[in-house]
Amino acid sequence: MAQDVKKLQGRKNNLITWRFIKNRLMTVFAFGTILVMLCILISVLITLFVNGLSGLSFFTLTHMTAPQGLPGGLLNPILGSIIQVGIAIIIVVPTGILGGIFLAECSNKKLSTIIRFIADIMMSVPSILIGLFVYILLVMTMGYSALAGSVALALLALPVIARTTEESLNMVPSAIHEAGFALGAPKWKVILFICLPAAKGGIITGILLSISRMAGETAPLLFTSLGNSDWSWNILKPMASLPLTIYQYADSADDTWIKLAWTAALLITLFVLCLNLIARIYVDRHRKKD
Amino acid sequence: MSFFQNKNLRVVSVLGLSFAFFAAVLPNVKAQDVVTITGVGSSFAAPLYQNWAASAVKDINIKVNYQPLGSSAGKNQIIAKTVNFGALDMPTSIEQLTQENLVQFPTAIGGVAVVVNVPGVKEGQLRLTGDIIADIYAGKITKWNDPRIVAINSGVTLPATGIAAVYRADGSGTTQVFTSYLSKESANWKKAYGSNTSIAWAVGMGGRGNGAVASMVKNIQGGIGYVEYAYALQNHLNTAQLKNVAGNFVAISEDSIKAAAKAADWIHAKNYSVDLIDTKGADSWPIVSTTYVLVHAENKTSQEVTKFFRWGFEHGDAIATQLHYIPLPVVVKEKIEKTWEYAGVAGKEAKAK
Amino acid sequence: MLLKQSGYRKDKKIIPFLFTSSMWCGGALIFLIFLGLIFELFWQGKQAFSVFGFHFITSTDWNPGEQQFSAGAALIGTLVSSCIGVVLALPLSFGCAYCLNELMPQRFSKYITATIQLLAAIPSIILGMWGFFILVPLMSQYVQPFLQNLFGNVPYIELLFSGGTYGIGILTAGLILAIMITPFITAIMQESFSNTPVMLKESAYSLGATRWEVMHQVIVPWVQKGVVGGVVLGWGRALGETMAVTFVIGNAHHASWSLFMPSNTIASLIALEFSESAVGSLKMSSLMALGAVLMVISFVVLFCSQLLLKQVLKSR
Repeated sequence: MAQDVKKLQGRKNNLITWRFIKNRLMTVFAFGTILVMLCILISVLITLFVNGLSGLSFFTLTHMTAPQGLPGGLLNPILGSIIQVGIAIIIVVPTGILGGIFLAECSNKKLSTIIRFIADIMMSVPSILIGLFVYILLVMTMGYSALAGSVALALLALPVIARTTEESLNMVPSAIHEAGFALGAPKWKVILFICLPAAKGGIITGILLSISRMAGETAPLLFTSLGNSDWSWNILKPMASLPLTIYQYADSADDTWIKLAWTAALLITLFVLCLNLIARIYVDRHRKKD
Repeated sequence: MSFFQNKNLRVVSVLGLSFAFFAAVLPNVKAQDVVTITGVGSSFAAPLYQNWAASAVKDINIKVNYQPLGSSAGKNQIIAKTVNFGALDMPTSIEQLTQENLVQFPTAIGGVAVVVNVPGVKEGQLRLTGDIIADIYAGKITKWNDPRIVAINSGVTLPATGIAAVYRADGSGTTQVFTSYLSKESANWKKAYGSNTSIAWAVGMGGRGNGAVASMVKNIQGGIGYVEYAYALQNHLNTAQLKNVAGNFVAISEDSIKAAAKAADWIHAKNYSVDLIDTKGADSWPIVSTTYVLVHAENKTSQEVTKFFRWGFEHGDAIATQLHYIPLPVVVKEKIEKTWEYAGVAGKEAKAK
Repeated sequence: MLLKQSGYRKDKKIIPFLFTSSMWCGGALIFLIFLGLIFELFWQGKQAFSVFGFHFITSTDWNPGEQQFSAGAALIGTLVSSCIGVVLALPLSFGCAYCLNELMPQRFSKYITATIQLLAAIPSIILGMWGFFILVPLMSQYVQPFLQNLFGNVPYIELLFSGGTYGIGILTAGLILAIMITPFITAIMQESFSNTPVMLKESAYSLGATRWEVMHQVIVPWVQKGVVGGVVLGWGRALGETMAVTFVIGNAHHASWSLFMPSNTIASLIALEFSESAVGSLKMSSLMALGAVLMVISFVVLFCSQLLLKQVLKSR
C-alpha cells in the first residue's frame, strides 16, 4: 500500500517535472526564435552600415551615376525615386481614399464585401505581375516611361490605402457620424468634412507605410521605367531609381559599383525604417489621444 | 489643435528644406537642349558605350542612356521601337534587316575571356582547351582535378573542388560567340547544344549580364565563366589560357585579340558580319567578336544615334583601347559612314561635309 | 430668392451625385484592375497556351533558341522554394508570437514586436543583396557541407542534399523567403493569439497549467484557423517574391531532386527574361502565360488564406 502511494507520487512527480521541463524547453525555444530574428535584422543592418556608410558622402549625393571605371554618385537615382514615388502618391491617394470610402459607406453590402476581399488579395499579389500588367497597358503603347513606373507603384499601394482608409473610417465613433446628420448635413459633407478628418491618423499612417513600401519596390519598375544612367526630367521617358540602380550595380563584379549599391541600399533602408518609425509613433500618439 | 498647426509647420519646413536641396543641387544638372537617346542590348559593349557617352556629351550635346539588358533584348527592343538603338554581338540576318527596315553597323572588336575561380591556381596559369570547356559545360567534367585538365596543366596543383559552370541567363551575344566557339571545337557540343544567344544548358547556373557572370565566378569557389575581356580585367578575375588553332596556349591580352582581329575580311563581309572565332595565327586568341548596333533606317532619332557613334569613331579610340576593345580599322569606319548615308540615317554634320 | 433657391437645389443634386459616383469609381477601380490583371495575363499568354497546350505546365524544357518554352521547371522551383520558406518560417514565427504574446512582459514585447516588424519593411532587393554577399558564402562553406555530412548516407534523403556546395540554389532561396515571411506570419499569429478570450486562458492557469500547456491546449486550438491562415498568407507572399530570390537562386532551368542545385522561380524567370522578349513573340507570350500561372496559384492560395483569416479575425 505504502509502496503504491510512493509509486503514484513518483509518477506524479515525474509528470510534474516533465511538464515543467517541457515548459522550460518551449520557453527557451521561443526566446531562441526571437534571438534568431533579431540577429538576422542586426546582421542586415550591420552589413548595410559597414559596406554602405563609407560611400555615403557629399560627392555621392550630388553626382550622377557614371559608367564603370569613372567616379559616380547616386543623384539621379535618388531624384528619380523621389519623383516616381511622388507621382505615384499623387495618383494613389485620391483614388485609394475614394475606394476606402466606397468600402466603408457603400450600401450594397454584398458588393463591398466582394471588393474588400479582392483588395485583400491584391495586397499580396506578386508585385512583378503588376509590372507585367502595366507593361501591357502603358509600355506597349507609349514605350518605357517614369509615368508607367509610377502607375505600377500606385497600383501596388491602391489596395493598401483603400483598406486602411476603410478601417479608420469604421473606427470613427458612430456618435460623431450621427451628430453630423442630426445637424442636417448631407451624407457627402458628413463623410468628407467630419469622418475623414476624424480618421486622418489612420489614413496618414497607411500612406506613410505605402510610401515606404513603394520606395523599395524593384520588380514593378523593371519593365516600366527601365532605368536611366543619366538625368531625365521627362516623366514620359525612362528614369533612374534607387532600386533599379541597386539591381544593376549589385549584380556586377565592380567593387566601386557594389559599394555604391550598398550605399543606395543603406539610403533606402534608412528612409524606409524612418518612415516606419514615424508611422508607429504617430499611431501611438493617436491611440493615446483617444 | 495646436498640435496640427505645429505639424503643418513641420510639413512646410520639410518641404522647404527639400526645395533648398533641389535648388542647391540642380545647377549641377544641365537640362538644356540636350538630346537624350536610349539604347539597350549587349552587356559585352556596355563599358565602351557608357564611357563614350560620358565623354561625348560635352562635345555633341547628346546624352546616351544605355541599359545592358543583353543582346536579345537589344534586337527585340529596337524591333519593337521602344528604344532608339539596339546593341548586339551577333550579326543580324539580311532578311531580318530588310524586313524590319534596320541598319546594322559594327562599333568595336572585343575578346571573350574564360574566367575561373580555382583555389590555389594563380592568375593566367590554368590551361584549357575548347574540348574540355565543352565537356565542363556539358556536365561530363565535374571536378577541377579531372585527369584531362591535370594532363595539360603540369606543375599546377588542382584541387578536388567541384566545378560551378556559370553562364548567361539572359539572351546574350556573348553566349552566341562562346557557344559557336564550343561548337567549332567539339563535335559533341555542336550536336547536342549548338550555338545560340541562349541554349538549354545541361549544368550550372545563370547570371544576368556579363557583370553578374563575373560576380558569380568571383564569389563561388570552383566557378568558371565567360565574360568580355574588359569585365575580367576590371574585376581582377583569373583568366585561363586557351589552345588556339595553331596549337599554342595563349593568354587573353590586347595583343592576342588584335592578332585575331587582323584576320577579319571586312571588304567581302556582307552587313559587316565577320567570323573571328578560331582564326589562324600563332598568337591569336580564339574567341573574338565584333559588336554591332542596330538603328531604324530613315529615322530622325537614328541620326542622333549615328552622330554619337561618329563621335565614338573619331574621338573614342583611346577610350576603347583603354577598356581593351580593339577599335575598328579606318577603312571600316569609312564604309560605315557610307552605309549611314545610304540608309538615310547619317547625322546632319555628315551631310554638310 | 429664386436664384438662391435654384442654386441650393443644384448644389444639393450635383455634389452628392459627383460624390457618390466618384466613390463608386474608386471601388470599381479596384475591381477592374483585378479583373484586368487576370484577363490581360491570360489574353497575352493565349498564344503560348494554344501552341504548347497542357504540355506547357508539365514539361520542363526551356530553350529560347529552339522556341521551346514551358512552366514546369520554374513551377517546381517556385513551389519548392516557397515551401522551404514556409517550413522554416513556421516554427520561427510560432516561437516569436508565443514569446511576444505570452512570455514577455508587455512593455518589452511592444518594442521587440516593432523591431521584428522592421524586418518586414526592409525592401526585398536589399535582403537579396545581403543573401548573395553574406548568406551564400556561409551556406557554401558551412551549412551545405554540414548537411551533406549529416544526410550523406541516408538513402533517398541524400538525394536532396547531393551535388556541389555552391551556396546558390533552392535551399538558400527558401531561407531568404523564410526570413522575409516570418514577420508577416508572426504578426498574424500575434493578432489571432490575442483574440483568445482572457477568461479561457485564466481558467486554464488557475487549474495549474503551465504557460506552454495554455499555449498548446487552449490558445492554439482556439485560433487554429488564424494560424493556418497566417501561414498560408505567408506562403502566398513567398510564391511571388522576385528580387530577393533572383539574387540567390541561380537562374537555371533545371528540375532536380537536390535542394543545392540552382533553379528558377516563375517570378525570377519573368524578371530575368522579359526585357529581352519581343512584343508578339512566342517567348513573351510564354512569359505572360507563366505570369498567368503564377496569378492563378497565388490567387488560390491567397483566397484560402483570406477565407481562413476572415473567420478568426472577424471579432475585430
